[in-house]
Amino acid sequence: MPIKNPEKRALAPMEGLSLWLKKNLFPDVKSSVLSLVILSLLVKALGGLMNWLVFDAIWEGTAQTCRQGEGACLVFIKEKFLFIIFGFFPRELLWRPTLAMILLIAMCFYSREPKRWNKKILYKWLLLVPLCSWLMYGGLGLERVDIGQWGGLPLTLMLSFIGFVFSYPLGIILALGRTGSLPFARSLCVSYIELIRGVPMISLLFMASFMFPLFLPDGWNLPKLLRAQVAIIMFMSAYMAEIVRAGLSAVDKGQYEAADSLGLNYFQKMRMIILPQALKIVIPPTVNTAIGMFKDTSLVAIIALSDLLMTTKTSLKDATWLGFSVEAYLFVAFIYFIFCYTMSRYASRLEKDFSFGAHS
Amino acid sequence: MVKHSNASFWNDPKKRAIFFQALLLLAVGAFATLLIINTQSNLAKQNIASGFGFLTQEAGFEISESMIDYWADDTYKLALWVGILNTLKVALIGNVLAIILGVFLGIMRLSSHWLLSKLSQVFIEVMRNTPLLLQLFFWYAILTEIFPSVKEAYEPLPNVFLSQRGLVFPVFAEHIAWPWVKASFFIGIAGCLGLHFWNKRRKMRTGIAYKLGPIMGGVFVLIPLVTWLLLGAPTVVDWPELGGFNFNGGMTITPEFVALVLGLVLYTAAFNAEIVRAGIQSVSKGQWEAARSLGLSQPQALRFVILPQSLRVIIPPMTSQILNLIKNSSLAVGIGYPDFVSVANTTMNQTGQAIEAVVLIMLVYLFFSLSTSLFMNFYNKKTQLITRGAN
Repeated sequence: MPIKNPEKRALAPMEGLSLWLKKNLFPDVKSSVLSLVILSLLVKALGGLMNWLVFDAIWEGTAQTCRQGEGACLVFIKEKFLFIIFGFFPRELLWRPTLAMILLIAMCFYSREPKRWNKKILYKWLLLVPLCSWLMYGGLGLERVDIGQWGGLPLTLMLSFIGFVFSYPLGIILALGRTGSLPFARSLCVSYIELIRGVPMISLLFMASFMFPLFLPDGWNLPKLLRAQVAIIMFMSAYMAEIVRAGLSAVDKGQYEAADSLGLNYFQKMRMIILPQALKIVIPPTVNTAIGMFKDTSLVAIIALSDLLMTTKTSLKDATWLGFSVEAYLFVAFIYFIFCYTMSRYASRLEKDFSFGAHS
Repeated sequence: MVKHSNASFWNDPKKRAIFFQALLLLAVGAFATLLIINTQSNLAKQNIASGFGFLTQEAGFEISESMIDYWADDTYKLALWVGILNTLKVALIGNVLAIILGVFLGIMRLSSHWLLSKLSQVFIEVMRNTPLLLQLFFWYAILTEIFPSVKEAYEPLPNVFLSQRGLVFPVFAEHIAWPWVKASFFIGIAGCLGLHFWNKRRKMRTGIAYKLGPIMGGVFVLIPLVTWLLLGAPTVVDWPELGGFNFNGGMTITPEFVALVLGLVLYTAAFNAEIVRAGIQSVSKGQWEAARSLGLSQPQALRFVILPQSLRVIIPPMTSQILNLIKNSSLAVGIGYPDFVSVANTTMNQTGQAIEAVVLIMLVYLFFSLSTSLFMNFYNKKTQLITRGAN
């Protein structure tokens, strides 16, 4: 086998722990001193953290035991685990949101390979969404669960997932309107996108919470959760639109001209030639926006919807368990981190896959 | 399909475009009319008068921290102004710190020192992958849970108290001179900046620069000092004292403010760091080699050669991060810092003027966003001119 990269061979002897240490931590005096300083600080900080979180942690007992102990109060997490994850969902029916979440996550995991992206997977998704809604809402043989009782992680996942499913096509429509040739449609899309991007999301949630009821005709009443969902979709579609627009302008001009000269009309041109390329180019930023959306759903806590962050906050108000916020917030931060970090690793993997031209 | 020049209505793209737009206009108009009719009937039913008349009514609520004089019997208008100023304060301090920290983290991330680079990476990943509101709750919980109650406040320095209610420290008592001293302090800064730029331009033109350090120091110290002396040299100090449930007197930095600024700065700095890293990496390697072969040290090369060139890649995404921090400062409402959204929220709850309050919030943030964009575009153009332009 020919050696493609001669440097690689030259580096081979550097393998092994001691050589790795020499190369990365102690290459010269200045770096070595720096390494030692950082290492000693790290050992101290991590040691303190480990003591608090593991060795001195309190696994069994009551709030009283926790207050007397030195370490993290993991009893609190154990006690409040179900509430933080599921909110006010009826305790005896917890298998339903659990199953819905497992199905959703498994499906996301299954869809991660670009080579599986075809019509079939779309149908599977279209099957999964009503299935999950049925599991959550009930009916057709299952006991009904009121939307007001939904909460915790399933709610956070639902808000971000449905938010993405709706804001993606809306973003495409807005981007097409903005780049299209119809002046009225264009100015409408530009004003919508710029207005939404110029204001904080919380103002839209306030709008959903306080203004939407005024917009509805007499006697109509949407649950607050759905109103917040609409606000999230409205907010995210403007950001999606800008990403899709970047994709549209990144497609080679020749593609537009070729489609035109084939006699395709606007919709055919976009559907068959331009959008498939444009959307593929912007997959990494799209995933990043999805991460942003997942994090931003936590803002519904401000209008008192019981998402994952709000259930945590509520659990901290329990009078017998006051004063364990750090444990609770670290626990939830860990959950959020796992989801977001997985997605961001995925985005950067796709970026690499696509930029090295496996498909082009 | 053959297109005729005298095509029928449906096959003429121009006519079709007009038709579709008319349809769209009609749909939007109908939707808006429906909303307005519904809203009017709902408001009439709930007996809410629309309009901004409520702004001149008495607000009736206290605001925990304010940069201007405000009392509960002042108007809603003044209360909202207090909120705007508080938002601006957080936005300004937060952005300055977030950019400085972001540049440091970005450079650290690219350091050849493995530990430094990894540390920066771990920090960036943790910050970027957890929600900001959660981080704010976390910092606020830490600040209010680990510090003792007011009665048992720490006293790290004489008459400086650290407790759940924040950091309280003595300041000079109010006197006619102090606003002027403050103003002259800013004039001093402006003067120094002016001198610095004049000197730089002179250096560009002639190659000779004055050593302005001592002069600038003098300007910086002397102007406020002279103002202070001229206006009667007040020395009365406002000492903080424990009274009832809180400290009276002195100046307080509240935990809400610290938690908000800390959260915003750490979160935004992580994003800024990635932008700075991408910016530095965008400068070609030859620039490093050229700078080093001219005898510049690594930090000098970074400072004088690499960073100025990376600015044109950095500024556009940095602008949107600056805007993000301004918009994210609205999460203050979650931890009770009285920013504009908090005050508007209280106003909304008290008066029931939901539409007006939300419209006000949107207008104010649109104004912030647009003016920041304008300024950053201007700055962007300036850096683009200084550099060699597109390669």
